[in-house]
Amino acid sequence: MTALAANAGQGRWWQSRTVRRFTNHRLALLGVTMITLLTLACVIGPYILPHDALYIDLHARFLAPLTGDYYMGTDPLGRDIMARLLMAGRVSLLVAFFAMLLSTLIGTLVGVIAGYRGGWTGVALMRTVDGFLAFPSIFLLLALAAALKPSPAMVTVIIAVTSWMEVARIVEAEVRSLREREFVQAGRMLGLSGVHIMFREILPNAMGPIIVAATLTVARAILMEAYISFLGYGIQPPLPSWGNMLGGAQQYLATAPWLAIIPGVAITMAVTSFNFIGDGLRDALDVRDDRV
Amino acid sequence: MSRFLLNRISQIIVLLVIVSIIGFIILNLIPGGPLAQYGLDPGMTQEDLDRLKEQLGLNRPLWVQYLDWAWRLLQGDWGNSFRDGAAVLDVIGRHLFATLLLMGTSTAIAIAVGTWIGIRGATHRYSTFDHLATVGAMVALSIPTFWFGLVGIYIFSLKLGWLPAGNMYSIGDQSVLDYLHHLILPSIVLALVHVAVWSRYMRTATLDVINQDFVKTARAKGLSERRILMKHVVGNALLPMITLAGMQLPGILTGALVTETVFTWPGMGRLFLDSIGYGDYPVVMGLLMFSAILVILGNLIADIAVAMIDPRIRLS
Repeated sequence: MTALAANAGQGRWWQSRTVRRFTNHRLALLGVTMITLLTLACVIGPYILPHDALYIDLHARFLAPLTGDYYMGTDPLGRDIMARLLMAGRVSLLVAFFAMLLSTLIGTLVGVIAGYRGGWTGVALMRTVDGFLAFPSIFLLLALAAALKPSPAMVTVIIAVTSWMEVARIVEAEVRSLREREFVQAGRMLGLSGVHIMFREILPNAMGPIIVAATLTVARAILMEAYISFLGYGIQPPLPSWGNMLGGAQQYLATAPWLAIIPGVAITMAVTSFNFIGDGLRDALDVRDDRV
Repeated sequence: MSRFLLNRISQIIVLLVIVSIIGFIILNLIPGGPLAQYGLDPGMTQEDLDRLKEQLGLNRPLWVQYLDWAWRLLQGDWGNSFRDGAAVLDVIGRHLFATLLLMGTSTAIAIAVGTWIGIRGATHRYSTFDHLATVGAMVALSIPTFWFGLVGIYIFSLKLGWLPAGNMYSIGDQSVLDYLHHLILPSIVLALVHVAVWSRYMRTATLDVINQDFVKTARAKGLSERRILMKHVVGNALLPMITLAGMQLPGILTGALVTETVFTWPGMGRLFLDSIGYGDYPVVMGLLMFSAILVILGNLIADIAVAMIDPRIRLS
């Protein structure tokens, strides 16, 4: 038995007010389109492109874009950039997605407990959140990356460890406001346990801000992965990621600028789409604003 | 007011303790721990390592080690660099000015440009400018700083030759003009993300203030729109801006590290990266703690400034 205030109405879910509000948001739809196309390209692309992402051809090094069927040119080892870009996309997007899942999990857990319990537990937890937030993210990321082995899984964990704080803050604020509502008091009167109330009554009603925070966390995670891979401490070559493609491109900037420009455009597109989607979700899920 | 200050300062102390605990945990995660440098010496036997462990007090329980380490931090002993043996605080101090120069300049640019865009967007709501500014801000937030830097270098240094591609000054010419010449591109690159943040903030803040009653009163009094804007609206929007500036500090430091790497700017960020590359862990830990302390102090200063300016807090 849960009290779900959100969309308890008639009609299909895609006809609900929330979805309609989201689809009214042009930028959000643009974001969805862009990220769908990008994901499809990354998943299917390497199979249908003429060149293999790992094939080294020293006769075809540094080809400019649109030479023959190398649509985006080749890199210093003669590998097709387009194929490599899409393979890198898989890595970057997967890392970002799983980092988002992990950080949202941790952040929600901390936020719900801190928000519901309040008192000293809440204060202690939120102060810890503030403590983590005091470190600039890249300093923390790099220090952890230097301390631990840089496998893709470790990179995901590190990014999650530096991203859960924002989620925790948002969740804690939301839970704190929901704590005083009647359905929570009703639950307490019925003798429901704290854990039950936290996770089966309050949490479902706090999903709105959590979803928005999660989307924005993916955007941030893509950027963070790009940053540490660029600096050499994230995903290691030969496993391609958008970040380390850019890292290897800096020295060839004068002679082969496309090496640097293309991965950057990909990163920007991916991050922008998630930011647009997050913005649209925020508008759609905002219960205070009652315009349709 | 003093009660407010006491409250804030006690919170800061708690925060600093938590930050130091986090730092200490990271310090112990580094492979080999504090003995990492010695582990590479092939002449070292296990006996020697054990003896060193005893000497450096690494056999004691963790919490004792933590208290010892924290006490030394407070006294200013942050350890010595593995590279040249200099005190860590000295090494940091040598690179501090460059970073502060970069951060300060780009913050100034970001506030100036962002504020103008934000106010213009608010006063011409839903115009083409406003829509472009909103979308532009979101795209700007999504652009990786280092990529923007590389594109900037490509266009302005390699193709046009207008601006230098790196470093804080040219050897042989260290005039103020030279410093400025080198400062332009990095500070603009660093400012990009923050222009976006400020413009979005100013737009919201201006909109909030502009719809309030006292603005209607001012208009009814017959004050010119421009005067209302400058004096009343912006003044009220300015106060939370100070708090926002404090909250932006971690972001600016992150951006500064990346920008310094791309432009080989001799600041703390690049020092951090170099030290990791060298395995110079005392400097790495020192910089980590220093950046956190900088952020905390920055926020404290912002809060005090707000408390002094906002009469509601000052007179409470």
